[in-house]
Amino acid sequence: MSLSATTAPPSNVTPPGSEPPRRRGHLLNRLDLKYSPYLYIAPFFLIFGIFGLYPMLRTAWMSLHDWDMIGDNSFIGLDNYVALVKDDYFWNALFNTFGIFALSTIPQLLLALFLANLLNSTLLRAKTFFRLAIFIPNVVSVAAVAIVFGMLFQREFGLINWLLSFVGVDNIDWDGQRWSSWTAIATMVNWRWVGYNTLILLAGMQAIPKDLYEAASIDGAGPWRQFWQITVPMVRPTLIFVVILSTIGGMQLFTEPLLFANGSILGGNQREFQTLAMYMYEKGIENLNTAGYGAAVAWAIFLIIALMSLLNFLLVRRSAK
Amino acid sequence: MSLTTRRTRLAAAALAAVTAVGGLAACGSDDDSNSGEGGKPAKLVVDTFGEMGYDELVKQYEQQSGIKIELRKTAQLGEYRPKLVRYLATGRGAADVTALEEGILNEFKANPRNWVDLAPLIDDHSKEYLPWKWELGKAPDGRLIGLPTDVGSLAVCYRKDLFQAAGLPTERDQVSALWPDWNGFHAAGKKYKDATGKAFIDSITAVSNGVLFQQGSDLFYDKENNIIADSSPAVKAAWDTATSMSDISAKAATWSPEWSGGFKQGTFAATFCPSWMLGIVADNSGEANKGKWDVAAVPGGGGNWGGSWLAVPEQSAHQKEAAKLAEFLTNATSQVEAFKLKGPLPTNLEALKNEAFLSYTNEYFSDAPTGKIFGESVAKIEPVHLGPKHQAVKENALEPALRSFENGQANKDKAWEQFVKDAAIQGAF
Repeated sequence: MSLSATTAPPSNVTPPGSEPPRRRGHLLNRLDLKYSPYLYIAPFFLIFGIFGLYPMLRTAWMSLHDWDMIGDNSFIGLDNYVALVKDDYFWNALFNTFGIFALSTIPQLLLALFLANLLNSTLLRAKTFFRLAIFIPNVVSVAAVAIVFGMLFQREFGLINWLLSFVGVDNIDWDGQRWSSWTAIATMVNWRWVGYNTLILLAGMQAIPKDLYEAASIDGAGPWRQFWQITVPMVRPTLIFVVILSTIGGMQLFTEPLLFANGSILGGNQREFQTLAMYMYEKGIENLNTAGYGAAVAWAIFLIIALMSLLNFLLVRRSAK
Repeated sequence: MSLTTRRTRLAAAALAAVTAVGGLAACGSDDDSNSGEGGKPAKLVVDTFGEMGYDELVKQYEQQSGIKIELRKTAQLGEYRPKLVRYLATGRGAADVTALEEGILNEFKANPRNWVDLAPLIDDHSKEYLPWKWELGKAPDGRLIGLPTDVGSLAVCYRKDLFQAAGLPTERDQVSALWPDWNGFHAAGKKYKDATGKAFIDSITAVSNGVLFQQGSDLFYDKENNIIADSSPAVKAAWDTATSMSDISAKAATWSPEWSGGFKQGTFAATFCPSWMLGIVADNSGEANKGKWDVAAVPGGGGNWGGSWLAVPEQSAHQKEAAKLAEFLTNATSQVEAFKLKGPLPTNLEALKNEAFLSYTNEYFSDAPTGKIFGESVAKIEPVHLGPKHQAVKENALEPALRSFENGQANKDKAWEQFVKDAAIQGAF
């Protein structure tokens, strides 16, 4: 992920009229001018076609079938989608996904915004060190994070319960209830992604002209007021980007809840924290003979993400006007 | 000047595109570097889960055959199965020799063409194994897809030191005598709990497994593979016995961190040990607890929890050699070796009579004569009929419902409702 992608203004736009003078009509030259740009961008589209588009279309095709992963399949039209709408466990997974998403995204973005503002401060020394340090959790593998946090949130020997026991709280069975399991999972997500979002927002903040702050200072605005009235409005485009990225990540949440459930795809004894992605895996891969149904869940997730991103976009754009 | 640069550019662009495509094509092609001289494979891959005790055997076979063998171990069946499914669904990646557990064997037997028929590739061994075990390795169409490895004859592993502290007998025959049946077991557990205030067994799902697998009848499916989970007497017996024991349970779900940590910490004093579990108990308890564990009989007589077969996937490039390797790993001598190393119980009749097996004592478990204990119980095993989605119903319907009850998330009726609903979903095929 290149940070400059979001912030750097398009540079080196060729000024008009600087095109090289036409040479004596060599065929090769004309071909070159016309087609080589397509060749330059071809690798991306080829790779996207093979690893992005094809699996999507294939999944759509599978979702119209009664498909056995290691056996036969037969065409059944939209039956899988009809069944999906009536499926309690699908709605349960959707509810859980949104719950964990809300618990992780909102505090995470607020925290990231404040941290980015701190790192952007002119008073801070050793900036590079802190900027690097804050990104470190993101480099740690998800599996390792989930395993470590899983241990912290254990019922019997977990560190968190041990600490809570000093303030008189009884052992909490973290994976036994909705609120506690959601909190535990959201904690892992937050720990891992706060730094990442901080850096993106920081990049956005660096693009804000310094004279705005200077002018505000002269007018007597304190740091708090500058933050809310200059920084936040100015990083709004970056914020949209970060919100959409978080939405996509949140809707696809899989590894953390799976490892938190000791690898059980159900996500708790009563599916208290089974996410959509886990449900897709359960139907699509665990249950062999319902792979078509799993594909339908996958497409449902895709549609939900598309819808959520659109909604975010509209909301943030509207408030910007 | 500008002409040449442009040509170079065009060439470079073309080259870039070609490399991209070529690179992808290279990813897609099969690498046949696996073949050694004379058609003999340079390497064979073996996939196992849990502890099957093949570490030494594989080295032996490498020396005698000159074929390199890669042993890929997965700790849990729950992790192992999805990988296997992926290999079969995509047609690549599977090991040449693949272990299949009895809980998942049936769903893989439903599509037998994924597996090689071993009968023509190896000698006839049909009379050398427990007859029912041998039969289960065959697909409905008669193809021999699995060679028997182990059975999971049941026993109880218990902590002598903790029993002593609670005033219970510690000597294994006296301990076995404490619980001729499940009521006796429950009574012993209550006594332990009264004396120490601590839990006696790891979880009630362990109890339900114990009861379920000693029924010797249809479990979740009838013989025609219709799901009968809600009316099956075997399931009902397991349910009732298990739920009655929640007062002596440590509520540590099998394979959870609470469970594996519990062995070291002594949060429970007894658990159910199919033979293959001995290695896992020892690993979890660690060197410090060596000699504190012992093995006693299971309440209510024998029972069989787990056990596997070795199969060769159709996609293996070296089916013949793989079949030979599977034949070697399951022969009498190998089964005794594996048992000594990690505890999986032989299914080969000769191995079961082998002096080295019968006289084997397990140092970790206070020198318990595990060869004799488990060897005798093999005869008592009554084969159970496991339907196509047995493992899914057990793991994703029965056990979560029991745990809901055990953890107080649902009362007994609600938990049973949960089980019946999930069994219907998970068991559909």
